[in-house]
Amino acid sequence: MTTEMSGADILIQALNDQGVEVVFGYPGGAVLPIYDALFNQQRIKHILVRQEGGAAHAAEGYARSTGKPGVVLVTSGPGATNAITGIADAMMDSIPMVVITGQVGTPLIGSDAFQECDTVGITRHVTKHNYLVKDPAKLGDIIHEAFHIATSGRPGPVVIDLPKDVQVATAPYRRTNVNALPHRGYKPQVKGDLAQIEEAVELLANAERPMIYTGGGIINSGPGASLILRELVRLTGAPVTSTLMGLGALPASSPHWLGMLGMHGTYEANMAMNKCDVMLCLGARFDDRVTGRLDAFSPESKKIHIDIDRASINKTVRVDLPIIGDVGRVMEDMVKLWKAKELRPRDLKPWWATIKTWQERNCLAYPEKLDSGEIVPQLAIRKLWEATHRQQPIITTEVGQHQMWAAQHFDFESPNKWLTSGGLGTMGYGLPAAIGAQLGNPKALVIDIAGEASIQMNIQEMGTATQYRLPVKIFILNNEYMGMVRQWQDLTYGSRYSESYSDSLPDFVKLAEAYGWKGIRIETPDQLEQGIADMLAHDGPVMVDCMVAKMANCFPMIPSGAAHTDMILDPAQVSGVMDDEAKALV
Amino acid sequence: MHIKQQETERHTLSVTVDNEAGVLARIAGMFTARGYNIDSLTVADVTEDDSISRITIVTTGTPAVIEQVVAQLDRLVNVHRVIDLTERGNFVERELALVKVAGTGEHRIEALRLAEVYRARVVDATTGSFVFEVTGASEKIDKFIELMSEIGLIEVARTGVAAIVRGKEAV
Ligand SMILES: Cc1ncc(C[n+]2csc(CCOP(=O)(O)OP(=O)(O)O)c2C)c(N)n1
Ligand SMILES: [Mg+2]
Repeated sequence: MTTEMSGADILIQALNDQGVEVVFGYPGGAVLPIYDALFNQQRIKHILVRQEGGAAHAAEGYARSTGKPGVVLVTSGPGATNAITGIADAMMDSIPMVVITGQVGTPLIGSDAFQECDTVGITRHVTKHNYLVKDPAKLGDIIHEAFHIATSGRPGPVVIDLPKDVQVATAPYRRTNVNALPHRGYKPQVKGDLAQIEEAVELLANAERPMIYTGGGIINSGPGASLILRELVRLTGAPVTSTLMGLGALPASSPHWLGMLGMHGTYEANMAMNKCDVMLCLGARFDDRVTGRLDAFSPESKKIHIDIDRASINKTVRVDLPIIGDVGRVMEDMVKLWKAKELRPRDLKPWWATIKTWQERNCLAYPEKLDSGEIVPQLAIRKLWEATHRQQPIITTEVGQHQMWAAQHFDFESPNKWLTSGGLGTMGYGLPAAIGAQLGNPKALVIDIAGEASIQMNIQEMGTATQYRLPVKIFILNNEYMGMVRQWQDLTYGSRYSESYSDSLPDFVKLAEAYGWKGIRIETPDQLEQGIADMLAHDGPVMVDCMVAKMANCFPMIPSGAAHTDMILDPAQVSGVMDDEAKALV
Repeated sequence: MHIKQQETERHTLSVTVDNEAGVLARIAGMFTARGYNIDSLTVADVTEDDSISRITIVTTGTPAVIEQVVAQLDRLVNVHRVIDLTERGNFVERELALVKVAGTGEHRIEALRLAEVYRARVVDATTGSFVFEVTGASEKIDKFIELMSEIGLIEVARTGVAAIVRGKEAV
């Protein structure tokens, strides 16, 4: 006979059974029974954030850097609504996350009770799945299913809305077997179709100009997928590019690496995508930031698309050979088949020679010095990389120019080291994500490369790092502008800088000190190396306010709605105004 | 600048789902969230233990959109199966409508005559009105309603489409 437990205790027990070590949360009336259950146990570490949005991003950072699901606990009403940006962010970037939200007691649901909101309704389209639990007897199964759904197939956030009376009422609990979960219809396809995989391998072997385009799916598939990718690249000899989310899957030092593609990708990656004859897309989704103008996207290629999410196939770009399955598993089968058939790539020398001419454009080059004496932002990133890369740091970012410069100039050699908000593009992601990553990787060096505007969106989380003695570093590229907005205004709106100046900035050094952090200001190029060294030398959290060139813009750039071949390589090419068709594109 | 429109097709989809709270909101909400059209939607549980519901959705969109609709439906955790009946072909589609018509004299007689042609049944009658029950493919019902509007149409209630594949196999 199983003894009865309260809903709150069932929750804690089920989290234990799932191996959950850390929960990011914030208390409130509708979750008090759960907080009381937490008080009576030691196994789960609760991290008290400063705002629920911080909890959701911290869980994302934890998940992305460890491969384990992130867990969030917030109260009803405003607790849940504050968490929504982070939930939506996890949905867009396929981050496994389980969010437990408190809810008013079941008799009060629908009565506009204090701190009631329709959490299940509000989160329906920003979650992979969600539940309103009305019966404590079903709670155990639902929690286990939630973890299964969040982590399997294409990962994503799952919300469990838990009314207060269900937390208090008792029911028996048993550890559920995954095969006996409530939704029998949910069966993600993991293994790809072998006949199709064979066709893919043949296509690649016969390609004259093959191109591999990787995405966040490889990171989600686990570290094994990044290793098998290296093998596949070695066998096929193909050049490789990646989306923002997939950086690190192939080491940046690989001779096959062409850099990131898309709007701020490299000239060689975008040109190679445009001119290839066979494209192998691995766990990426042909996002508009990647494809540019659709009717001009890689016009000559046969496209193979491997993805675990059927809905990602043919969504924006029609492909010739779709393979549904886990990208790691499918790559394994590709490698096996390639070897079994003793295939050899065709002579790719002419293709690589063409690529070399594109690489020689040196599209990421930047001046080391400016007449104004200001710090070149790309140089600051490069110096940061030089000083830290041997330690294999985990880099998080906010959103803006600094994010793109980090993607371009910070080289990653392994997966799970690059945490950035790609799909939703959420300013305020970087600091809480760094906190989550540091908790999951206590020994790692974790740096948030930030902008002075973005960092203010979740700056309160500095207190969280202080409380748990997390030695995270924030490296602000302070250009006193919402640089990316200002850049678009330069390109599209005749440099009318409507509301993009970062006025009334705080003194970041004093702010750091107020939170018990070390604050460092870098104002001139000659202070750069020392400032970075001081940041690294400090055994605790540090905020660096690095003053960079105010008007620098991020290139190369494909203006939205333009083709890969219409890349702007340097600022002199910027026209300054655009027609309405271009303005209507995001 | 003007926004361009593309050629669309009408498709009937059969969707089997877990019969649980919120599933209809999930499906209908997915259509609105992604900007797809629902022309009609019917739902009822179809198993003895009430565990599974069958939803029939009629939607219009470009072929690429229809393909996405099917894939996006299939992605929902509570959805067991999605079948594009139009794509598959060889299925029957039926709808039921209740049509209220008012009139006297010649109009009344004409209404009854047309009802007979369309095999509509009278389910309510007063001295000044009829309620007809008519079943059939949606186009037949459209036509019947169009004819009645010349006679004295008052109001219409339609069930939306139910559809099933012909032959002895279950899909
Ligand atoms: C929450 C949110 N609001 C607005 C935006 C739009 N946006 C994108 S980049 C950007 C400016 C970011 O400025 P900063 O953090 O200083 O970075 P910089 O571009 O200057 O490096 C804005 C406002 C966004 N991405 N996220
Ligand atoms: Mg800025």
